[in-house]
Amino acid sequence: MPTPSRYWREIPQRYRLEAGKCKGCGFVAFPPRVVCPKCGAREFEPTKLAEAGKLVTYTVIRVPPGPFEDQAPYAVGIADLDDGVRLTAQVVDCDFDRLAVGMRVRLEFRKLSEEGHAGVIYYGYKFVPE
Amino acid sequence: MRDVAIIGVGMTKWGELWEKSLRTIFTETALLALEDAGVDKFDSLFVGCMSSGLFVGQEHLASLLADDLGRIPVPAARVESACASGGLALRQGFIEVASGASDVVLVGGVEKMTDVTGCEATYALGTAADQEYEGYHGLTFPGLYAMMAVAHMHHYGTTREQLAMVAVKNHDNGSKNPLAQFPFKVTVDGVLNSVLVADPLRILDCSPITDGAAAVVLCPAEMARKMKKPAIRITGSGQATDTIALSSRRDLAWLESTHLAAGKALAMAKRKIEDIHLFEVHDCFTIAEIMVTEALGLVKKGQGGKAVEDGLTARGGRFPVNPSGGLKAKGHPVGATGVAQAVEVVKQLRGEAGDRQIKGAKRGLTQNMGGTGGSSVVHVFEAD
Repeated sequence: MPTPSRYWREIPQRYRLEAGKCKGCGFVAFPPRVVCPKCGAREFEPTKLAEAGKLVTYTVIRVPPGPFEDQAPYAVGIADLDDGVRLTAQVVDCDFDRLAVGMRVRLEFRKLSEEGHAGVIYYGYKFVPE
Repeated sequence: MRDVAIIGVGMTKWGELWEKSLRTIFTETALLALEDAGVDKFDSLFVGCMSSGLFVGQEHLASLLADDLGRIPVPAARVESACASGGLALRQGFIEVASGASDVVLVGGVEKMTDVTGCEATYALGTAADQEYEGYHGLTFPGLYAMMAVAHMHHYGTTREQLAMVAVKNHDNGSKNPLAQFPFKVTVDGVLNSVLVADPLRILDCSPITDGAAAVVLCPAEMARKMKKPAIRITGSGQATDTIALSSRRDLAWLESTHLAAGKALAMAKRKIEDIHLFEVHDCFTIAEIMVTEALGLVKKGQGGKAVEDGLTARGGRFPVNPSGGLKAKGHPVGATGVAQAVEVVKQLRGEAGDRQIKGAKRGLTQNMGGTGGSSVVHVFEAD
């Protein structure tokens, strides 16, 4: 079981959608990176992800990994956010048969999972239909 | 660089081997390969294994296996690149012999997956994805490949039935492989009516959870020609990486690392893809084989579904893919898979493949990949 430091370290991305914008070419890295994968520059300025976009693919997980055992079935998708960043998250508050490539979604702050019987509750972003 | 050849291969029956531990499965298989090669001693050992830590709680695996095989103090190293661990172990062995650092190298691959529950195995396999940005959201490997399938179907019109046809073909091949975990045939209807795992993929689209090992013995080609079995040379080896998060890729329906690794391996072998007589590829899911046939250049982008429907990749087709039954029917003990692909190609090129023999095959290719293609390893093999 990870120590709280890992969870704490990821809070800026999970809670506040903090990304890094490359000062060289404008590429938005989420999570933030040290080196820009597009131009190799090493200077970034903080930015916040766009909060809406459209699905480019999706699935419904019927056989979950251990930590998500009590949630299945649940939908997961990849969306192109309006700032061009491609992001993976669960798609909730949506009937499975409504899922479609091109569907508009926005990001909301939700509970994701929890660790063991008395462990940390994980929060983060999920997609909901716009 | 020296020319390198395989002089011995070993594989035991794969499946849910509850009565055997990881070390026993490995050692029995390694002994078969050494016996097949007619050698007793080797200079170093490489073992492909994805996650003995999560599956059986054991790290420091290479020394453990060298010990269990009764060969300490031979140098030994474990190689990990998720499901490409076996193929990468083979590449490390190839480089070691080619460089002159060792003469005889034993390359093994092993995974013991049934000592944990299905949910725990799903979790362990999921660690090959981006844990912080994919696993955190509850994604699994069937889920990731399902999203690649949705993208492929959306862009190219690949059908649900074409996915099923990959499973039907590979089970037909596997029905002729006595070492396969599931040596029986399935039908398109059987696949389409099997239980959903991650929409649109069903259980018969997925490779199984398997215990198993495979091993090969390598040496310089010159030395190999004095051995008892016909030498099968490794004439090309290529490897490439890609983003491990699927969402970091612009094209979700394309395997760039496989495309690049194949290009490098074929260039080293001075061959074109049309020169190859059979292919053992990483069909961890039905959609994976369709995308691999495209990335290797057997068909144009988007045409992989039609290729299987037209029989191009069947045992009697122009490009036989997975005559062993593939991961789908043979089983997928993840770290062993890449080595087992080489075992099948060597058997085929020696003419020892029994009922599934591709007649006259002289050149074969293996493609092994980790995660959703975050790593790919391709090898080209040729009979003298």
